[in-house]
Amino acid sequence: MARASHWLEPHPSGLYVKPADLWIDPSRPVDRAAVTHGHADHARSGHGSVFATPETLAIMALRYGVDAEASHNQAFAYGSGFERGGVRFSFHPAGHVLGSAQILMEYRGERIVVTGDYKRRPDPTCAPFEVVPCDIFITEATFGLPVFRHPPTADEIAKLIGAVRAEPDRSVLVGAYALGKAQRVIAELRRAGWDAPIYIHGALERMCALYAEHGVDLGELRLVGESDKAEMAGQIILAPPSSLNDRWSRRLPDPVTAMASGWMRVRQRARQRMVELPLVISDHADWDELTATIEEVNPKESWITHGSEDGLLRWCELHQRKARALHLVGRDLEEEA
Amino acid sequence: MKRFAALIDRLIYTRSRNSKLALIVDYLRHTPDPDRGWAIAAMTESLDFPAVKAGTVRALLATRVDEELFRLSRHFVGDTAETAALLWPDAPGAKGELSVSEAVDALAVTSRSDAPAVVASLLDRLDADGRYALLKLALGGMRVGVSARLAKQAFAQAFDVPVDDVEELWHAIPPPYAPLFAWGEGRAPRPDLKDVAFFRPFMLAHPLEDESVDLADYAAEWKWDGIRVQIVRGGGETRIYSRGGEEISGAFPELVAAFDQEAVIDGELLVRGEVQGGEAASFNALQQRLGRKTVSKKMLADYPAFVRVYDLLAVDGDDLRMLPWTERRRQLEAFVPRLADSHFDLSQVIDARDFDDLAERRAGARDAAIEGVMLKRRDAPYVAGRRAGLWYKWKRDPLTADCVMMYAQRGNGRRASFYSDYTFGCWSDAGELLPVGKAYSGFTDEELKWLDKFVRDNTLNRFGPVREVEKSLVLEVAFDSIHSSKRHKSGLAMRFPRISRIRRDKPAEEADRIATLQAMVT
Repeated sequence: MARASHWLEPHPSGLYVKPADLWIDPSRPVDRAAVTHGHADHARSGHGSVFATPETLAIMALRYGVDAEASHNQAFAYGSGFERGGVRFSFHPAGHVLGSAQILMEYRGERIVVTGDYKRRPDPTCAPFEVVPCDIFITEATFGLPVFRHPPTADEIAKLIGAVRAEPDRSVLVGAYALGKAQRVIAELRRAGWDAPIYIHGALERMCALYAEHGVDLGELRLVGESDKAEMAGQIILAPPSSLNDRWSRRLPDPVTAMASGWMRVRQRARQRMVELPLVISDHADWDELTATIEEVNPKESWITHGSEDGLLRWCELHQRKARALHLVGRDLEEEA
Repeated sequence: MKRFAALIDRLIYTRSRNSKLALIVDYLRHTPDPDRGWAIAAMTESLDFPAVKAGTVRALLATRVDEELFRLSRHFVGDTAETAALLWPDAPGAKGELSVSEAVDALAVTSRSDAPAVVASLLDRLDADGRYALLKLALGGMRVGVSARLAKQAFAQAFDVPVDDVEELWHAIPPPYAPLFAWGEGRAPRPDLKDVAFFRPFMLAHPLEDESVDLADYAAEWKWDGIRVQIVRGGGETRIYSRGGEEISGAFPELVAAFDQEAVIDGELLVRGEVQGGEAASFNALQQRLGRKTVSKKMLADYPAFVRVYDLLAVDGDDLRMLPWTERRRQLEAFVPRLADSHFDLSQVIDARDFDDLAERRAGARDAAIEGVMLKRRDAPYVAGRRAGLWYKWKRDPLTADCVMMYAQRGNGRRASFYSDYTFGCWSDAGELLPVGKAYSGFTDEELKWLDKFVRDNTLNRFGPVREVEKSLVLEVAFDSIHSSKRHKSGLAMRFPRISRIRRDKPAEEADRIATLQAMVT
């Protein structure tokens, strides 16, 4: 069996697959990149060739102007993949956002899985995480501390709907990352029976349209910029987190500021963001999901990338699991968690 | 605990004072005794459980959670109670059904050795939010932005009783305040406060704007730059209250010991020194003594406190507040000699011929570092709050300096979308701009809009909520006084700085120099 240390090199700027001369989620432009999902800390512009799921390529086309149709870029549906330099690559659902994938690599009898970002709880906007058996499991650790236990999503959505109904003269403005979180919050609201139009910031428009084109039903969306102030009273409005306390929000009817993020579990974090209604809704695995997934995948070794590596490392140590931390740069997109 | 946990959770995230008030009013109306009393005592930091400390909680956590994971989590969360609340494993079937009073009863009687077991059994009955509330209740440091003043206002509003009465009764009745709630709900008469060292709400002054007053009707006194205090002795106990009605006796044990007369006085607490009229130190020196629970001998020796007494509210069991100032003053002059002159002296009435003479003396008081002049209507009783025409404060004209805006920060609440807090600086001899102060008032709404746009259009750097701006805008800053300070790189600290004018006409190079400000130091 090959030894991973000989064919997969962790660099600060990404994982380099030596026999295939290919990088996974590189943070700088390279000749060949396999990309797990469309968030900016994993997907960048300027690569020679991109290998990703069709949805991720579509997202990269929208966000970074990557030409999804160009022959040097290749799209692979879940379960399929390609071979290069003796390494077999395949894409498997990660449950993080639309199109997000774990990448499985098989080389000379050894199997390595790179999770990218993932979560385990159900999400109406993307395919659920699949457990892929492997020798080395390269996992994220955004919420790799036991203080992070996300409550049931339905409870948080109920809290949001309760807040809008409690003050019908006001509006609730939810800060939600433009790719993934915003669409998930909308889809969860629809699932909970909220069928009124949902008002969105212009920066969310194109990504919501992309989700709809991929069959995610978001119901009626209206642009804040094209709506009357009075009409938005008693309604839910979504905007990127950066717009929460910005001039843009002055056009809304006395908004209650909410934010959908796993970080909202910690009170002082929520306060720092001047959030009045914290919603603990995350697209990342919480502590219980991270540890349960390692047990389920049951790899020989776990490599821990971005987030609270120390916490998860300690857990592996306590459970006699072999683990190491990889220090990749540029992997803390706080807004997105 | 569920209702209480929900209340503090909402208070943490609520920024507007009125919304906080509404939340507390609702809680007080709909929560039974004694829970509501304990809850409000906890929020205003009036509870103490000596057997339960942060160390108790840390040690307890070590029995359930790996110490290293606790340490990493604590480091991330930044608060022991919150970390512990999140890490404590949910006990099977924990329903959060534990009343605040059950928790208080258990914590109050526990000994140091029993504390871990008691706290553990309470934590096992709660969910994460309940655990947070319990640990904050036990350890203090609630930090939900509820002052004693706000709590009293909430009480008054909840039961439609005069806030002045609440102020007075509050300090006389210990938590959980059952007689207070009984009175508020009309179930019992107003509690009797004989023989109790309770707080009387202060009489406050309006600023004197452009009008003048006849000194035949008003007496004038110097306005000292210290802190306003009320010292009360009743039932054999002496207490010192600050302006907000918070008890600060612990910070000034020498005054508590020296005040041995059954009386209530109103006066200015100062530290001995040579600045104010050659008799008292600057406010800066006094600040060394504020906010302490205990005081070292060195503190007592380095910053000896005394009170300049200006009113007598009660003496030997008689309430004098309804008497006119002239009569209270007569009794005050007779009373002050009964106190030790090492710690108490009489605030002198300024012997001015007329208003113009007074104005002249006030103008000359700049060097004496006195804040200004107080004018008190001679025939006015001592009434709570700020009443028109009775007392005036006539502050010296402020000092001003032309400073350059350096950083801006977003405000709170209504101003959350505006850059409304400005740090400004003056030029050092080396030609470097050094911060000299920070102000967030003094401008109109229109000016705020303009300043906000200036900040956005001239941002050089972003540091979280703070923006560094192009050093091009001159702000005329007004302030009451300026002191030397080791905490600031410029070595200066302004008192009450506010923006008085935006000087768009003035180039930044022509703003004031640090040396100019140093010459104004008192």
